[in-house]
Amino acid sequence: MIAIIDYGAGNLKNVFRAMKNIGFDAKITSKVNDINDSRAIVLPGVGAFKGAINNLNNMGIVDCIKENAKKGKVILGICLGLQLFYDVSYEDGCHRGLGILKGEVVRFDGKLKVPHMGWNSLIINREDDISKGINSEDYVYFVHSYYVKPMDFNEVVLYSDYGTKVPALIRKDNIIGMQFHPEKSGRVGSILLNNFKELIK
Amino acid sequence: MLAKRIISCLDVKDGRVVKGKRFNDLTDVDDPVNLAVFYNNEGADELVFYDITASFEKRNIFFNVVEKIAESINIPFTVGGGIKTLEDFRTALLKGADKVSINSAAVRNPEIIKSAAKKFGSQCVVLSMDVKKTDSGNYKVYIDGGRVETDFYALEWAKLGESLGAGEIVLNSIDCDGIKNGYDYEITSLISENVNIPVVASGGAGNMEHFEKVFKYGKADAALSASIFHYGDIKINDLKEYLYCKGVNIRRV
Repeated sequence: MIAIIDYGAGNLKNVFRAMKNIGFDAKITSKVNDINDSRAIVLPGVGAFKGAINNLNNMGIVDCIKENAKKGKVILGICLGLQLFYDVSYEDGCHRGLGILKGEVVRFDGKLKVPHMGWNSLIINREDDISKGINSEDYVYFVHSYYVKPMDFNEVVLYSDYGTKVPALIRKDNIIGMQFHPEKSGRVGSILLNNFKELIK
Repeated sequence: MLAKRIISCLDVKDGRVVKGKRFNDLTDVDDPVNLAVFYNNEGADELVFYDITASFEKRNIFFNVVEKIAESINIPFTVGGGIKTLEDFRTALLKGADKVSINSAAVRNPEIIKSAAKKFGSQCVVLSMDVKKTDSGNYKVYIDGGRVETDFYALEWAKLGESLGAGEIVLNSIDCDGIKNGYDYEITSLISENVNIPVVASGGAGNMEHFEKVFKYGKADAALSASIFHYGDIKINDLKEYLYCKGVNIRRV
């Protein structure tokens, strides 16, 4: 079973359906037992960083997520879910994240419009199993105002150009993050979700 | 690079797709879920569904359609029409919409933009505005399907909407809607260059060149059309190929 973590933010049905469509038994849950028993964890993301991390703390599942990460269980963070992996975010103040990846979450600044909304093309930073079958110039759908600045850019598998290098697909061992929405990225999104599935087998 | 988006829009009445000229003369066209899947496969970057059902009792028909659409496609879509309250936002999002657009109700109560952005995030709050050029040459905002002129100037309202937390603007030209003579490039570029959120041009597309122009001269981030796509005048695939050749950054599928 894949545990899709429900921390009270928005609609998780689309992510749930995407997991079902690639053949996973998925469960939307915030229970420690479910998370511990799962084969993999998905941390979806809608809304603001502060509210999300507060909810995770209040529900008492931060330590549980961290322990599962440490034990090597595959965790996929989507959009805000990816941002939550990092040490700190500057969205609406300064807030500590889960700290399972090193780096910070900062706002786009510059002349380009915010949010970074729409389909942007992917640029390959390095080869990885998670990005098998993806070519440069494949497009995925983004919608976000903050982006991650990893301490080690080698953790970035794919990035996009939006005035700056925007990490799109991150992987460090069992920790995987997608800044875009794979469940909304058509064929390319499906390829990436299938690659995620292959990693768990 | 971020691609310019092609958006197909579907007006839904009592659970069926319709399209009118200048907001009048509606004719029944097709089933919304079928069309959604069709556009999803044809390479549309996004879809918009406006509920133009008059009676309140029939609203749940629309939301059931929204749920079916969410189950059937894997591209983003916006829901609008008759959205008035935070509860409407919540219902649309829970049924699977990615964004919710608000129009007349936001003019009547601009604070709804702020509270929706705070509650659900700016990324899902779309400010849809109907504008019309007045005799003095200024653009004013109209509400209630283009019937009622408001005190707002178009740019003033767009900027206010942005400052309240809207994440995107859909700019509908009442003068151009359904005429197929091209988008209103003047107001589109004025708004797009003076706000820092994406602007979707709407109303007036009649051929492929109109799309090219609205991106190049109108500075639009996305272009929306309805009838031109579902009466088959233009195929989205062909349009994208055309724009690509014209040097517009586009997602080809």
